[in-house]
Parts: sequence; structure tokens; C-alpha cells
Amino acid sequence: MKSFNSARFMAVVKKELRDYRRKRSIIVTMIILPFMFLIEPVVAIFIVPSSSNVAGVRNYVVLPIIYLLLIPSIMPSTVAAFTVLGEREQGTLEPLLTTPISQEEFIAGKAAAVLLPTMVLSYAVYALFLLAAELFAKPIVSSAIFDQGSLLVVLIVLAPLLACWSIAVGMAVSVRATDIRVAQQLGSLASIPPVVLILILAVGVLHPTMSVALIFALALLAIDVRAIRIVAHMMNRERLVTGSKASPSVPTTGLLSRLRNR
Amino acid sequence: MPSYGHLLRFRRLEALRSPLSSSDTPRRTILKRCVRRDLAVLKASLVTSNAAGVEPVAGSSTPTSSDANAVTTNSREPALVVRSLTKVFGDRTAFSDVSFEVAHGEVFGFLGPNGAGKTTTVRTLGTLIAPTSGSATVAGIPLSAENGIEIRQRIAIMPESPGLYNRLSVTENLEYFAALFGLQHPASRIRDALEAVNLTDRAHDVCGGLSKGLRQRVGLARTLMSDPQVMFLDEPTSGLDPVAALEVHNLINALRQKGVTIFLTTHRLDEAEKLCDRVAILNTTLRTVGRPTDLRTQIFHNALLVRTLAALKDPGTLFGAIADITEWHSSEPGRYELVVADITLAAPKIVRALVNAGADVLSIGENEHSLEDVYLALVNETGEAPQ
Repeated sequence: MKSFNSARFMAVVKKELRDYRRKRSIIVTMIILPFMFLIEPVVAIFIVPSSSNVAGVRNYVVLPIIYLLLIPSIMPSTVAAFTVLGEREQGTLEPLLTTPISQEEFIAGKAAAVLLPTMVLSYAVYALFLLAAELFAKPIVSSAIFDQGSLLVVLIVLAPLLACWSIAVGMAVSVRATDIRVAQQLGSLASIPPVVLILILAVGVLHPTMSVALIFALALLAIDVRAIRIVAHMMNRERLVTGSKASPSVPTTGLLSRLRNR
Repeated sequence: MPSYGHLLRFRRLEALRSPLSSSDTPRRTILKRCVRRDLAVLKASLVTSNAAGVEPVAGSSTPTSSDANAVTTNSREPALVVRSLTKVFGDRTAFSDVSFEVAHGEVFGFLGPNGAGKTTTVRTLGTLIAPTSGSATVAGIPLSAENGIEIRQRIAIMPESPGLYNRLSVTENLEYFAALFGLQHPASRIRDALEAVNLTDRAHDVCGGLSKGLRQRVGLARTLMSDPQVMFLDEPTSGLDPVAALEVHNLINALRQKGVTIFLTTHRLDEAEKLCDRVAILNTTLRTVGRPTDLRTQIFHNALLVRTLAALKDPGTLFGAIADITEWHSSEPGRYELVVADITLAAPKIVRALVNAGADVLSIGENEHSLEDVYLALVNETGEAPQ
């Protein structure tokens, strides 16, 4: 078992974040998208019918809160789709692969570098939403929102898990795709399952109770861990460098080789 | 598989067997001498190869002890040992049955036409690509997927395109790679590497704004930084102007002084001739391995080039009468290439004969073959490599 070198992992994260900072268009795109998703929930809490009772308002604010989960589901996929393919297009992938970095360190570093800004922006938008509700919404609405304690916990817990799924799919596409446009289009498909999940919750097929959220969280966690491992496994150096599938090789060392040579 | 060297020896034997007239006696003697010498070389190379525990490398020449620059591969384990390495992509063979050794501190040139498999060989030895068959030891470690990280820790590869992060500065690019190699005291390593490539004053420049030559130098600095046991340089002077290329040459020479093993793939034969202790010529299969001077003598006969003011009236009779001349050719009037066994013995006789025949001799000198001649002779034997 190869050991995971945290220094190399951190080097990838640091370099990626530095690279994002230098490219203004990436930052602008990353910032604009979450704030666009903030518009609908904020508008929704300001147009709560005045005749609504407390129970009615509490049901009404569930959908805008769940809607906020779209941010971590959609935002990282296109950035993730660029991670590996972008290195290949710049010609930086081959020098990188000649260093001692392992697939796991590389993939985890790249994923973390996408996850970090996604979560910072998602939580910033959540905070802004709550601030807007506290400061400007009717007292009945703001108290209804803050009474949804379990739902807010769901929001905080599910956000990174949904983002991880989206990143894993985006990176899987990035490892295999040969064209950046195709990669970004396919990467956006990553957000479909979370969107479906949010729709199921929104239309009331499933009620967002704490136990439902816990089941979803555990399932997502298992899927995310598996997905990241699959992506690391997919990152075959030979395929990335030559664009062709690695051909089976005759082992050059070891018992099998010695047996064959007999 | 017979090497080019073996083929040459075979041709000489065939020539010896072919019927020779009584006037061909000198040629017969020379051919016999050649065959005796070839057999001695072959025997010596087999002894050396067996001592190293490897199969004899196709067409390899054995460095003689009299040569001060001779590379001693037996003093310690070679930096690179490649045995029957083959890589096949689907139905296309990138390279096949490649075997050679590179000693520590040697600058080894890897030449070949486009598509010959040079870059694939470098990628294979750099653990980026798995070989289809065969084995290799890189910096003392057997080439295998399990040993990939350890091998990459000991080597450095500079691809043809340096591959820099354009939005990061030169120092930031190097910092990233220093961290990936887990280097101690990265700041001083970076400073030393930049000094080595004369880039200290551009350390904080963004790489996207650098010229191709400067980018290539940053790539070299990155390669130097990890203090590798073996450096693979893939076309390091590709696209560089003569001044920048000269700087790279000087750097490679400086690294040679430091004892760094360099595996240099290049299309520039003058560069290989100038920099490399030994060269290998690859065209899917390895055509030859040896020192440039040895390859020249292995492939081409000793020849004198004579220039006269006017064309000789009867060159056939004139040159036929000189026993030392085995063959002669004239590509243009007044220009004669004379194949001789021993230049120092033959030259005075030829000059005397020419003067006696009333020829106005403009010049006489050794017809020197470049590495390019060797390369073309070997590569053109079976045409270009499949693209």
C-alpha cells in the first residue's frame, strides 16, 4: 500500500488555489453563480402571503432553503471538468506526472482545491440568506426559517457531500475527455442526480426530516469515497500521456516473471 | 536480430568470398585484415558484455583502455540498464527489442527519425508508460509500476515542451515542483537552479510572458532542482536560437563535469556529436550504440579526398597502380575520393603519383564522415520509421 504524502497533496492544493487567484474569469464565474442562486430564495421569503399562519410559513420556507443546495451541486462540476484536461491542454501534465506524486495525491489535491472555494462560497451564500431573512424578512418568516434547525443542519452537512459528488464526476470526465468543451458539457451532467434529489424533496415526495437527511448523507458519503477512488484508478499515466489505453505488459520483476522465464 | 555492425562484418566476409582477380590482391589482404579486426572487436565486446551479465548490445563498440574518455560501465552498476525492451500500442510497435546500458556520469545521445520511438522510450524509462515486454533498471531500481514513485524520485525528465504554468511566476513554478519532489531547503535549491541557467533576474517573471528559450531554461532549472541521478532531456534545444542552444550545451557540459548521467534525445546530430560520450540510433529497433568516432570507423572506410586543378586524364590507371588504394570514386571533375587501408601510409604515395603524373594538386586530406553520415547510413537502410 502506497502511503499518502500530505505535503504533495498540499502542494497541489496550494498551487491550484494560486492559479485560480491569478485567473480573474474563474473567480468571477465562481462568485456570480452562487449569488444568482441566492436571488430566488431571497425573493421567495419576501413574498410570503401575509395571510399565512405559522405552520403555513414553516412549510413555505422549506423549498427556498433546499433550493440553496443547488449551489454546491452545480458550481464545482465545470471547474472540476477542467482540472486534468486543462493540465493536458497546457502541456503541464507530462512534467507533473514525472514527479513522485501518486494518482491519489494528485486527484485528492485537485478535488480539494475545487471543494474549498465551493464550500466557502456556498456557506457565504447561506449566511447571506440567513442574514437577509433576519434583517429584512417579516418576523414570522425569519422565525420560521430559524426554527428549521434540523433543515439548516441538513443544508450544512449535505452541501460538501453534494459538492464532492459533482467534483468526482467532473474529474472523471476530465480524466477521459480529450476536448475541453465536451468535458465541461459532460461535467455539467454531474449536477443532474442532486437536482433530481432536491426536486423530490421540494415536491414533497420525501419529507426533509433529520432521519431522511442522515440516510442521504451516509449514502452520499459512501458514493463520494467510492467515486474519488474510481477517479484515482481511472487516472492512468499512460492513457493521460499517450491518449491510448495502456496495453497489458509482461511483468518485469516478481515471482510471476521468474516462473514465466523458467 | 543481426545488428548493423554484424551486417557490415557479414558484407565484408561476403566480399572476401566473392571471386577476386589477381590484381585485387591488395584488396584481399585488406579485407582479411578487416575481418580479423572485426572478429577481435566482436570477441572483446562479448567478453565485456558477459562480464556485465548482459546480452551483447547490438552493434556496440567496446571502448579501449587507451582512450582517456572511455566510459567504464563496469566500475559500478550502470545508471540505466535496458534489456530487450519493447512497447506496442495496439498493432503499432513504438520500439522493439531495445537493449543498452548507460554508465553513471555518461552523456548518452538517443537519435532517430520522427516516430522512431525515442520519446516513448524516455516515457517508458520514466515510468509514464508500461513496457509491453523486456526489463530495465533505472537509477538502480527495477522498472515496474510498484517502483514508479521511487524511480521518479531519483530521475528528472524534461519533455520537449517545458510545460510551465503560465499564470505562475518562475519561482512559483519551481516551488511547486520542489514540493512535489519533497526537497529540503527549497528556496536555496531554486536559487541554485536559477543561477545555473542564468535566470536569477527573471525569477519573479510570470512564465506566460517568457520567450521560448527562457521557458526552456526554466524547464531545465526544474529538472536540475531535484539533483537527479539520471536526467532525461527530450530535445532540449528544440526551437532555440543558436545562442540559447549554446547555453544549453554549456549547461549539459557543466552537468557532465558534475557527474550527472544525461540521457539526451535529439534530432541535432552536431549537438549529439559535440555533447555525447556515446550515441544510440533508434528506428523502432536499435540500429547501433557506440561512440561517434567508433561508429564512423565502423561504418565508413578510411578515405582520402584529393582535389586537382583539372580532371585527371586517366585516373583509373593512376589510382589502380597504387596498391594502397582499394577503391576510388569521383563525384565531379577534379575531386576524387580514395578508399585506403592506412591513410598515413597511402597519402605520401598518392601525392608522389599525382605529381609524377603532372597533376596540379590543390588539396589532399582525410575524408571525414560526420555523425550525420552515420545516422543517414543507418536510418536509410530500411527507410523512415512508420509515423
